Amino acid sequence: MASYDCDVLIIGAGIVGAACARALHQAGLRVIVLDAAQPGTGTTAACMGHIVTMDDSKSQMQLTAYSRAAWERLAAELSPDCEDLAAGTLWVAEDDEEMDAVEKKFRYYSEWNVPCEILDGEGLRRFEPNLRAGLRGALRVPGDRVVYATNCTRWMLQGIDVRPVTPVAALDEHGARDISGNVYRAKSVVLACGSDSAKLIPELPIEPRKGHLCITDRYPGFCHHQIVELGYLKSAHQFTSESVAFNIQPRPNGQLLLGSSREFTGWDAGINNDLLQKMIARAHMYMPALANLLLLRVWTGFRPATRDKLPLIGAWPGRQGLYIAAGHEGLGITTSLGTADLLAAEILGTTPPFSPTPFRASRILDPDYGHHE
Amino acid sequence: MRIAVIGAGPGGLAAAATAAENGADVLLVDENPRAGGQIWRHGPMAPPPKLAMEWIRRIQAQRIETHFGVTVLGRDSNGLVAYSEQEGHVCLQCDKIILATGARELFLPFPGWTLPNVFGAGGAQALLKAGMPVEGKRIVVAGSGPLLLAVAATFAKKGAHVVGILEQAGIHSLLQFAPELIRHPAKLIQGVGFGTRLFPTRPRFGTWVCRAMGNDIVREVIATDGKREWPLPCDILACGFGLVPNVELAQALGCDVEKGKVSVDEHQATSQSGVYCVGESTGIGGEDVALLEGEIAALAALDIPNVTSKIHERWRWESFVSNLGRAFALRKEVLQLAEDTTTVCRCEDVSFGVLKNQPDQRSAKLYTRCGMGPCQGRVCGPACHELFGWELNKPRWPLSPVTLDALLDSQ
Ligand SMILES: Cc1cc2nc3c(=O)[nH]c(=O)nc-3n(C[C@H](O)[C@H](O)[C@H](O)COP(=O)(O)OP(=O)(O)OC[C@H]3O[C@@H](n4cnc5c(N)ncnc54)[C@H](O)[C@@H]3O)c2cc1C
Ligand SMILES: Cc1cc2nc3c(=O)[nH]c(=O)nc-3n(C[C@H](O)[C@H](O)[C@H](O)COP(=O)(O)OP(=O)(O)OC[C@H]3O[C@@H](n4cnc5c(N)ncnc54)[C@H](O)[C@@H]3O)c2cc1C
Repeated sequence: MASYDCDVLIIGAGIVGAACARALHQAGLRVIVLDAAQPGTGTTAACMGHIVTMDDSKSQMQLTAYSRAAWERLAAELSPDCEDLAAGTLWVAEDDEEMDAVEKKFRYYSEWNVPCEILDGEGLRRFEPNLRAGLRGALRVPGDRVVYATNCTRWMLQGIDVRPVTPVAALDEHGARDISGNVYRAKSVVLACGSDSAKLIPELPIEPRKGHLCITDRYPGFCHHQIVELGYLKSAHQFTSESVAFNIQPRPNGQLLLGSSREFTGWDAGINNDLLQKMIARAHMYMPALANLLLLRVWTGFRPATRDKLPLIGAWPGRQGLYIAAGHEGLGITTSLGTADLLAAEILGTTPPFSPTPFRASRILDPDYGHHE
Repeated sequence: MRIAVIGAGPGGLAAAATAAENGADVLLVDENPRAGGQIWRHGPMAPPPKLAMEWIRRIQAQRIETHFGVTVLGRDSNGLVAYSEQEGHVCLQCDKIILATGARELFLPFPGWTLPNVFGAGGAQALLKAGMPVEGKRIVVAGSGPLLLAVAATFAKKGAHVVGILEQAGIHSLLQFAPELIRHPAKLIQGVGFGTRLFPTRPRFGTWVCRAMGNDIVREVIATDGKREWPLPCDILACGFGLVPNVELAQALGCDVEKGKVSVDEHQATSQSGVYCVGESTGIGGEDVALLEGEIAALAALDIPNVTSKIHERWRWESFVSNLGRAFALRKEVLQLAEDTTTVCRCEDVSFGVLKNQPDQRSAKLYTRCGMGPCQGRVCGPACHELFGWELNKPRWPLSPVTLDALLDSQ
């Protein structure tokens, strides 16, 4: 049994832990990162890697818009295996009602200085001929991107002391202990275990929210943007029921990733055939040409979900020097960079880039937590 | 009782015939267009051997529902989920399942193994049976296992010139564990349909191919016995290092798999109730063992008492089966042939140098894409298992590629 000292101990080497480690390491602190498995192989390996601006709430807009800009700045530095692709997003409207929502979205994004444009049905088909005819239009957000999150995680961890296959057994007043009894002492400890976070701090209201993804064989040029139905926000916003929404992503090698579904089924990673079929049927309705494409694999992943759809970022009131960076639901790849900058500012005592208040981890102790409008 | 038999090689044919002859309502499924499996693979150019004909006739004498060209992908609450290009999504209902999914070849990477005209040994056999013209071509057969001799004999029969048969196992290993194979090589070429006298050239034991060369297609291989190397000019290299049980479907049904084989008891019952497994998926034993196991599973599934005598008969093969594995155990040299630039995962073009420092199979897959392609690591997975000791990749649903509309149809 050994004992290790550092300034910051980060528990969890998913994309969130990795982004925090990178920010603190760059600030000159001695960082150790522990992971139960290998870096980037948790939920981070199961996702789509869409870097997307989302406006479910003002706070979400703030965090995603800031984070997306940070990804844009990082793009030139990322290694090729991070597969960065400036694909942009198309939010597709089926009917007039959704088209009104597109216009609203356009005004809101513009207020936040997120460049975007409205496409009518014809304009949409010109960009994406494989979408079915008769769609009303779309909002095009050209600055959104696509990455391969697992390799981004490894890229962020370069030069940092990472200890894989080192599950933390418990937190204690000085730091943490791994399952072999090794002790890690640190001034600051960051818990970044994604959906597993509540296993170390049971009070954390983070629940696994299962999602299915399909990947096809290679069809270069089949689509060019990440295409999402406007109803996606509705699907992500609900908390209890099962839901599916059309979401397709082109990979740089020509493969297509197809989503998305949401359900709470505990830790059962099995495939829910009914939901999967609904998901594929939904995609097929928007893109009939999908019918003839070869599906290679289906898998599931667990989004770390919180009740108010916002991640928990910052000091944990129970214990001096303990911080939380978890609960990023379906946006953790995008928001990892914003999370890292907020958390680093708090640990270093510098000015945060934007208000950390809506994301405070301690909000879960507020009596009205989870009772949102 | 409705029994679904998956796989129509020797194991599956024996299971289906026996079950039907004993009154079961039988459903026989194979992804190939014809019955016969690997060893009895036949086609317009290659009639099935006598033993195969016997079993095929027994099948034809019964009322068995057959689905050829249909791949079973797994099971859901409605029954077995299957897919075919013609029929799309098929749902097969049954009370019990007998899996007879056979084996595939083990490929090990060496420089040049991805050149055109380098085939697997079994793959070459299948191509020959499908009518690949080889007359006058120079052939090297290499790798390991009884299959090499069968393949060499088929090449010779088709008029090819077999310039070398290189078996990596040493003569001592073979004499110690499988003397009967040396004394009666005919045993090895069962299913080919002719005797030893057609043996094209004497096999060289304790030798292997360390490199295949040629700009566009293979032109020459370098053979070695570990001490010296010599060139063998050739037009085709058929090279396989033995067989790997197909356990993926059993895994998808929840059956326990240990050391790469489906675990079964003496009745061929797996850990899942009502699911049996026979033939090469439970371990490499050849045609006779597959036939016996098929009969045992059918009788056991129907609770027929005279299964006991068959079980005794099966036991008598046990030492043959385990000795077969030991006789052809891979030497460490054949696991050290790949160079940094040698491709290991062909689907995703991942080379040995990129893989050698990866910590485990899952990391290798996620970090380098090894095994992420359409075959889901069926080829590179067993190779990495041998080379690096990694666990075998467990393929994800739907096991083999299917078109998306097949999944829509089932709604
Ligand atoms: C189907 C699906 C699609 C998605 N699509 C997108 C998308 O397009 N865009 C987007 O931005 N987000 C997306 N997400 C969300 C995103 O994947 C997650 O929000 C993000 O990966 C969470 O990262 P994390 O680092 O918090 O968690 P993880 O990646 O799960 O990392 C947590 C790490 O902690 C480790 N750990 C756990 N317990 C311990 C312990 N006791 N000791 C040490 N280590 C431990 C684990 O091994 C793991 O590596 C998607 C998610 C899913 C499921
Ligand atoms: C490529 C190859 C060639 C061979 N050639 C010879 C030879 O010439 N001589 C010799 O002695 N031995 C040969 N063998 C060895 C052979 O495996 C055994 O001798 C014998 O055929 C094993 O019988 P089996 O019934 O266990 O399996 P197999 O004969 O392999 O039959 C398994 C059957 O299951 C089917 N199947 C598998 N999965 C599915 C699924 N999911 N859905 C539907 N169907 C499925 C396959 O299409 C196949 O027909 C060969 C092996 C291989 C891999």
